[in-house]
Amino acid sequence: MSFKPITQITSKTLVLPASNIDTDQIMPARFLTMTTKTGLGKHLFHDWRYNDDGTETDHELNSLAAKDCQILIGGHNFGCGSSREHAPWALTDYGFRVVMSSEIADIFRGNSLKNGLLPIVIDKAAHQWLLDHPSEEVTVDLESCEVRLPKNGGTYKFEIDAFSRHCLMQGIDEMGYLQGQSDALDTFEARYERN
Amino acid sequence: MAKTLFDKVWDRHVVIPETPEHPATLYIGLHLIHEVTSPQAFSVLKERGLSVRRPDRTLATIDHSTPTLISPDGSRPYVTPQAERQVETLLTNAKTHGIETHGWDSPHRGIVHVMSPELGATQPGMTIVCGDSHTSTHGAFGAIAFGIGTTQVGHVLANQSILMRKPKTMAIEINGTLGHGVTPKDIILAIIAKIGIGGGTGYALEYRGNVFEDMSMDGRMTVCNMSIEAGARCGMIAPDQTTFDYLKGRKYTPKDFNAACKDWLSLQTDKGAKFDKTVIMAAEDIRPMVTYGTHPGMAIAIDSLIPPADTAADKSALDYMQVTSGTAMSGTKINRVFIGSCTNSRMEDLRAAANILRGQSIAQSVTAIVVAGSETIKAEAEAEGLHEVFLKAGAQWREPGCSMCLGMNGDIGAPGELIISTSNRNFAGRQGPGVRTVLASPETAAASAITGIITDPRSVMAPPIPCKPNLGSPA
Ligand code: SF4
Repeated sequence: MSFKPITQITSKTLVLPASNIDTDQIMPARFLTMTTKTGLGKHLFHDWRYNDDGTETDHELNSLAAKDCQILIGGHNFGCGSSREHAPWALTDYGFRVVMSSEIADIFRGNSLKNGLLPIVIDKAAHQWLLDHPSEEVTVDLESCEVRLPKNGGTYKFEIDAFSRHCLMQGIDEMGYLQGQSDALDTFEARYERN
Repeated sequence: MAKTLFDKVWDRHVVIPETPEHPATLYIGLHLIHEVTSPQAFSVLKERGLSVRRPDRTLATIDHSTPTLISPDGSRPYVTPQAERQVETLLTNAKTHGIETHGWDSPHRGIVHVMSPELGATQPGMTIVCGDSHTSTHGAFGAIAFGIGTTQVGHVLANQSILMRKPKTMAIEINGTLGHGVTPKDIILAIIAKIGIGGGTGYALEYRGNVFEDMSMDGRMTVCNMSIEAGARCGMIAPDQTTFDYLKGRKYTPKDFNAACKDWLSLQTDKGAKFDKTVIMAAEDIRPMVTYGTHPGMAIAIDSLIPPADTAADKSALDYMQVTSGTAMSGTKINRVFIGSCTNSRMEDLRAAANILRGQSIAQSVTAIVVAGSETIKAEAEAEGLHEVFLKAGAQWREPGCSMCLGMNGDIGAPGELIISTSNRNFAGRQGPGVRTVLASPETAAASAITGIITDPRSVMAPPIPCKPNLGSPA
């Protein structure tokens, strides 16, 4: 269960400027009964994208152009709310590989990193630029940890911990990594049980 | 070096310490699972040919998608076949891997965060995880307890450990005397309103001060439950005699209970230990709270006015809620009342609501449902006759589960309706598309049920017993 490695992504952005977009918006709770991961992209932001009768609204997530966007720009404090991993699953199933905001909720960020979605907390000025310039072609470079904005928007560094970066760039996941530590785990467990 | 409660519990569980290059490998003492966030984790195990490392440190229940109404023929109608499939998947997976499960046949079945403490499985000094953000509830016992995603559920099933970097620590200190009608729910809403929904991000919280020391375990669980709503992964309260009295004699508590208590006492934050941040509040400043917006940080004292909306997000939250800055929430017409959820569905909550509803009738225009957090609580409440109080008042008394907290099982409101709810999240659409949620204490919810409008519980509660006059000289 590895994913496509991320080194550099250049793509148009899709901008959802509202602050505090929570995981209930990203993936409404009533779709959590799914027992598989695939096909969730259809329900991404369901209540924004569909009318009561199931027809599509004119939300830009339904536009053809959106389907090619790999970079999502969210308003401040993106991904707050529940720990449901359905949120990053739905985002990646839809086609996003990067989410950027001036603040990204902790658990959502952790879940994204584990599922091949790169969450970037970006400088406020860059964030504002991105909100003001939707659909521009932006480059995210994981090698140099830089976001490059076109049209003299500038270049901004972002932070990501070395471990997550390594995993994303290799397309490997944490399960394999943990499995490799079973000796240390055995030793620890023996001592832990004694106490 | 002086250590905090969090540091002490963390240190006990480090398998491999963190370095700049990799996170720590943290051992997990107890893994709780339920139907919603585990199926994909079990499929990963299957795909990779892995087994569950410690079924004996894993406990399963069904709570989120389960129906809360039983048909006359005794069947339990699920909201969708998919929901039923999800529950069955959990039961099958747990059975296959030898995991103790509290399904329909168990007298202990309940909301995962209600059931585990009741069984004494939740213990001080433990690391506890569950694929559910309100796992922070268990921090009330002095455990490091936090929600994880399904990928990590898989990690814990296979390796009984997870990868994690140590968070910073924040002390939330509240001392003083609480006012009349101020409950643990009001305290945590006041904390979130103060520090903001991102205020705890990156921190483990420790609630300190006499307000928490004097609080019951039920109340401590309510507070820790909502730590996540301030952005913190976990919130803790140091174990003390209240904790031990609660745990004594429960199913899974250690055999040598006295020795365990002695060890647990040593977990208290050392004198002089440094927190990365400290927030101080005064008990006297806290009043009964209600939310007015679409996240738990948008909360105000019930007798104050909705603040101005400074941002576009705030404006749209007020629009969604159909409320206006400068007006009061109290007096707003309600359609439904929900008393339940892992925040407020324990005995103390039900008793508080029953005390207000006893001998009263719920307003004609209101539908009220009361949902105990577990089968254990349901039985205990019925033994006390609380269900009769609710039924007589005109409320429904349903089967235990998450119910209307997130409405996954079909317990939802109709678009536009306003629900006063004792749960923990007032996000747009959480209790049904277009539904407006106001979070409050069981007392406030019960008082509002009677009047049909958001009501200050102090107006219907018996007045406080007056304190003895202070005969000492003024300080
Ligand atoms: S009661 Fe609500 S918050 Fe608690 S576990 Fe259930 S759905 Fe989650």
